[in-house]
Amino acid sequence: MSETSATTTPTGITGASILLDHVTKRFPGQVKPAVDGLTMEIPAGKIVMFVGPSGCGKTTTLKMINRLIEPTEGRIVVDGDDVTEMNGDTLRRGIGYVIQAGGLFPHMTVATNIGIVPKMLGWDKARIAARVDELLELVSLDPALYRDRYPKELSGGQQQRVGVARALAADPPVLLMDEPFGAVDPITRLRLQDELLNIQDELQKTIVCVTHDFDEAVKLGDWIAIFNEGAQLEQYDTPERILGDPASEFVENFIGSGAGLKQLTLTRVEEVGLAEAVVGNPGERAADVLARVAEAGHGHAVIVDDRRRPIQWLSRRKLGRLDVISDVPDPKLPVVGIRATLNDALDTMLVSSAGAALVTGRRDMFKGVIDVQTVMDAITRSQTAAVLESDQAPVGLNTGMFQVQASAASAASAASVDSVAEAADELAADTRAAQ
Amino acid sequence: MNTRTLNAEAGIAGGDSAAGIPVDPAASTATVSRGRAIWASWKGLVYQLAGIILACLALLVWLLTADLSTIELTTLAPAALWGYTVEHLQLTLLAAAIVLVIAIPLGIALTRKPLRFLTAPVLAIANFGQAAPAVGVVVLLALWVGFSFWAATLSLVLYAVLPVLRNTMIGLDQVDARLVEAGRGMGMSATAVLFTVELPLAVPVMLSGVRTALVLLVGTAALATFINGGGLGILITTGVNLSLTTVLVTGALLVALLALLIDWVGRVVEHVARPKGL
Ligand SMILES: Nc1ncnc2c1ncn2[C@@H]1O[C@H](COP(=O)(O)OP(=O)(O)O)[C@@H](O)[C@H]1O
Ligand SMILES: [Mg+2]
Repeated sequence: MSETSATTTPTGITGASILLDHVTKRFPGQVKPAVDGLTMEIPAGKIVMFVGPSGCGKTTTLKMINRLIEPTEGRIVVDGDDVTEMNGDTLRRGIGYVIQAGGLFPHMTVATNIGIVPKMLGWDKARIAARVDELLELVSLDPALYRDRYPKELSGGQQQRVGVARALAADPPVLLMDEPFGAVDPITRLRLQDELLNIQDELQKTIVCVTHDFDEAVKLGDWIAIFNEGAQLEQYDTPERILGDPASEFVENFIGSGAGLKQLTLTRVEEVGLAEAVVGNPGERAADVLARVAEAGHGHAVIVDDRRRPIQWLSRRKLGRLDVISDVPDPKLPVVGIRATLNDALDTMLVSSAGAALVTGRRDMFKGVIDVQTVMDAITRSQTAAVLESDQAPVGLNTGMFQVQASAASAASAASVDSVAEAADELAADTRAAQ
Repeated sequence: MNTRTLNAEAGIAGGDSAAGIPVDPAASTATVSRGRAIWASWKGLVYQLAGIILACLALLVWLLTADLSTIELTTLAPAALWGYTVEHLQLTLLAAAIVLVIAIPLGIALTRKPLRFLTAPVLAIANFGQAAPAVGVVVLLALWVGFSFWAATLSLVLYAVLPVLRNTMIGLDQVDARLVEAGRGMGMSATAVLFTVELPLAVPVMLSGVRTALVLLVGTAALATFINGGGLGILITTGVNLSLTTVLVTGALLVALLALLIDWVGRVVEHVARPKGL
């Protein structure tokens, strides 16, 4: 493991690989193990989503990675180091942890909350303060405005952002998230997902994220692990393959109906062509902007602030009525992130009834406009596109009930990754045959 | 207890602006409403203090205008009254110190993992015990261990331990388990979580328990006179024994006013020590 992660790590990835090696968790007083002989590789720098029915052991599996829950059997390996025996607190200081609603301490300011781990690691005050501001910028919160606020003075979405910033404070290679966006409204959730993808673009951490929302898994995940009771891995593959080639009936049922439309969640806004837009700034004379709109033959102008973040979207009619363009942001602006799925884009358009949406990239900078027609074209294309075979699928299998494969897998986990992938494929075939 | 809503202090919840642009709807109105909110939260305290001062003045006027005998005059001499009051306070604070040293660590221990199973039964006992009247406890205990200084002290301390113990446990128990988990998940040790998360968040509830205990102790310290412990109780016993109504009433009123004053100080401390952001 250590060799593979050390030699094959492309530049830019700051994440570390994780290996769950024959991990079992039995809670006292329970007959069935909550996690049953799970072997699973989580590649460095990727987002791996855990999905499955409630109570199937997703949270337990996640918490065994940072040993908030101690495994009954098996090993946890992070970045090639066996961490099963090391001091749990030290281990957890090096792993980011995000829970639902952020889990912010209500009696501490945003800055204090974010600075907790750096403080424990002995950073000096100036360095912590600089880091806090940097992280607030990263999660799109103005440091000057938010650093000294208390959590209750923030909206749910803002709290969740601070939760992510806090988890990233000491720049850990691994980020664990347990239903992080479960407590916010759907629109905010989409934005937070977009932001997480933008952040991941910049940082390339290893992110393990539990969710009960399959669409979220498809949108965020490089890999999706679908669990059944006892953390039995039903399928561990790319979103494309899971949608296109479900490994079992359980997976099919779990995906649910409308798998065809779910293809929409596979295409991202950045993959389709965006339309240009006429851009104006606050303080400009509306007549000047209107002239540019007319010249370009467009119907609207996008007003951006000094950081190129869109704040208003003005029609010709509105421009005609205005004198000078104001700097007041329009709270109902239809905005999607560039990493958002076409599904999200469509939702946003439908909600705003604009028939189009503004697309923003890193740090909310304006990129262009996406309209319904673009989405429709993409659907037509994706229906004809073949499902790609995923190479280098990470290892994932349960060994609790398959003694033969168990020993094979344990030998293989030290050796070649490919052979284990084969074993996993065989195993999946066996299970299907057995059903 | 502890249900005073102070949310008005800073009820700001900035919405998620669509474009991620921070908006601060409360900034403009905050300064106006803040002054009003501060007054609202202090209003009760100001009234309580005013009431206590008024009652003190009324007592003073009554004593100055009353027709007092020589015995009454000597018993109620300002220096003597002051002496009794100081003695009374000393007794109260000593007992309170003992109570805190016992109850807070015990409350913490009983809510930690190894003893967590004791939380519910102990709370039930504490609730029951607190409903029993103090004098009853003193008498029962006295019958059991005999009338002595130690019996009185023991029963008083036992009695006052209950609210502090109970509120320490409730205060710690009501801290959101997810916050504890978030703390541990960030790599804080169990002790660090206790001191930086659980105890600060339990402070409001704990302090109100301490206040209850102090008020109880002021009242029950009057019984110390039975065992020659001093304090304002002597005025009451003298008043009863010698049929000096003025002395009796003065003693009783002073105890009550002292209790109210201590209650007031407790409330002020609670108000000031309340963690910001709650
Ligand atoms: N601390 C615990 N003590 C006992 N049983 C637990 C504990 N945590 C989880 N379980 C059990 O383990 C199983 C898996 O739980 P969990 O991992 O939380 O499921 P999920 O996150 O997938 O909904 C459940 O049956 C649950 O009852
Ligand atoms: Mg869960």
